[in-house]
Amino acid sequence: MIKKSRIQKDLAQGKGGVTRESQPESSGKLSQFFGKLKRLFHSMSERTIVSLIYLCGVSAIIFVFGIFFFVFREGEPFLKDHLDFKSFFMSPDWYPTSVSNKRYGILALLAGTGSVTILAMLVAVPFSLASAVFIAKFCGKKLQETLKVMIELLAAIPSVVWGFIGLMVLNPLIVKLTGASIGLNILNAGIVVGLMSVPIIVSIAEDAMRAVPDTYLEAAEALGATRWQTIRKVIFPAAKNGLLAAVLLGVGRAVGETMAVLMCTGHSVNIPFDSKAPFFHILDSVRTLTATIASELGEAPRLGALPDGTYPEEALHYQALFMIGIVLFAITFVINLVADITVKGIRKK
Amino acid sequence: MSKIVKEIIKYLVIVSMAVGISGCGKKSSEDKNVITNSGSDTMVNLAQMWAEEYQKIKPGVSVEVGGGGSGVGIRDLMQGIVQIANASRDMKDSEKAQAKQNTGKEPLEWIVGYDAVAVYVNKNNPVESLTLAQLAQIYAEGGITDKWSQLDIDITSKGSSDEIVRISRQNSSGTYFYFREHVLNNKDYKSGSRDMSGSKDVVELVGKTMGAIGYSGMGYDTEAVKFVKIAKTEGQTAYEPSIENVATGNYPLARSLLMYTLGQPEGEVKEYIDWILSPAGQEIVEKSGYIPVQSGQKK
Repeated sequence: MIKKSRIQKDLAQGKGGVTRESQPESSGKLSQFFGKLKRLFHSMSERTIVSLIYLCGVSAIIFVFGIFFFVFREGEPFLKDHLDFKSFFMSPDWYPTSVSNKRYGILALLAGTGSVTILAMLVAVPFSLASAVFIAKFCGKKLQETLKVMIELLAAIPSVVWGFIGLMVLNPLIVKLTGASIGLNILNAGIVVGLMSVPIIVSIAEDAMRAVPDTYLEAAEALGATRWQTIRKVIFPAAKNGLLAAVLLGVGRAVGETMAVLMCTGHSVNIPFDSKAPFFHILDSVRTLTATIASELGEAPRLGALPDGTYPEEALHYQALFMIGIVLFAITFVINLVADITVKGIRKK
Repeated sequence: MSKIVKEIIKYLVIVSMAVGISGCGKKSSEDKNVITNSGSDTMVNLAQMWAEEYQKIKPGVSVEVGGGGSGVGIRDLMQGIVQIANASRDMKDSEKAQAKQNTGKEPLEWIVGYDAVAVYVNKNNPVESLTLAQLAQIYAEGGITDKWSQLDIDITSKGSSDEIVRISRQNSSGTYFYFREHVLNNKDYKSGSRDMSGSKDVVELVGKTMGAIGYSGMGYDTEAVKFVKIAKTEGQTAYEPSIENVATGNYPLARSLLMYTLGQPEGEVKEYIDWILSPAGQEIVEKSGYIPVQSGQKK
């Protein structure tokens, strides 16, 4: 009877018998302190926190504009004084460190980036769309989860590892199979970059196709359409915008890829196109815009302006590389913009 | 002890560790006994070996070595980031002027060894020797040689295509400048060479490609490649890059390996350079495949 009443008393005071014994006085003070701290946080006005979060969000814009500004500032002297449109965009001669005749022509580099990107998309698009349609509409739940995880894993492979695969595995294989003089060429880089862009295309294309209502599929089935007809005539047209956006983001990835193409293309200033048949030499080595910046920027000196405001000739190399940066910026900006607009197009529907 | 207290202790331990680690980092970078050098890709292995050996002799001094190419080293020196620049080419006058403008000190040149730029081909390639003129025809802009059959060399029977795969260096490498000056007479390279970013990459790619030709420091020789003997002109004897042939001046493509310091070096840096030029340091030059100098000289 006495025991019971004591427990009841304890309970009424809000303490458990065990905790009272093991909890020292000091921790009581400590929890008081934390309570105060908590109240302080609560009392911080809602507006401060909102503006903090707002600042974090806006910082992305600040960074983009900061990079934009920096790239333009570094390339600006070249843009202003030396940019001869014809010799910059239409000449394949890239000799920025020549003794007698420095030339800054990026036609070959543009051709390199273009040819690698086109081949990469030829590899990646059919592959990605097929796997996206399978994952989105035709496979079981368990397989779907596994495949999605695997494709995400594919995206996590660093580009230098892809480059290494191109260098060590594809290079001798291409020489053996095609009789090419060297295996570091458009074909090699196209395959590697293509496989690298698969995950990004698959994940966006899959989302777009999953957004196609199942009722469409049921209607197609009811009309007696085969699976192939359903894919071609129902799913693809319905998810058209999303698929376009997926492909464009894949293109952006391929254009911007640096390390893997540096290792796999052979890094050779060369235009792989020809006026005679077969017009396009897939086994030629090329060089891309990104790889040129990566390999040369480290050693191009950044020299200041002379007292009279002009720049020494050696400074042009660095500035020309930043000019290439501006060109790349423009290319990826346009691609991303188009992709963004098409994605917005889907959301409206 | 309550959970909160435990959490706090955990937090304190982590913070004190982090502070400790960052504190240590600060200490070692402020330590005066660090000698930094960077530059020539040709010299990076040699510079590393010097650094390791010097560590054994003087444990209190640590030497940090960076690569990247002669241009990088010279640029770092100009900006005062490193104390010594390793270079396989001379510093240009414009670079010296810029260094003086930036740091107020005149760069000083030290010859620390000699290297031969070797021309490599795949070990299965039957080519034995080439003249400088033939090399220029292969590499220079406007040169007419782009097939092995033009040099009367049959490589197709070994299962390779007849094309000469030219392997070169990125356009700011010291070796690139040297080869352009001494083989191409400062003409530009033919467009379409495969431009590698490292001395070792050139030799590795030549080793993997039957029809390839490339140039790199003689220290990068491997099993898969062989040297081409070089003759100054048609009809003269062709010589292989070797220590004797460089010392006698018979091999036409020999060059100095240089170190640059800002002004007269003092203290640890001076001792380091003196040691490099001493017999002990020069022994390492020979060990890493280059040619030692008799005594250091200043220009």
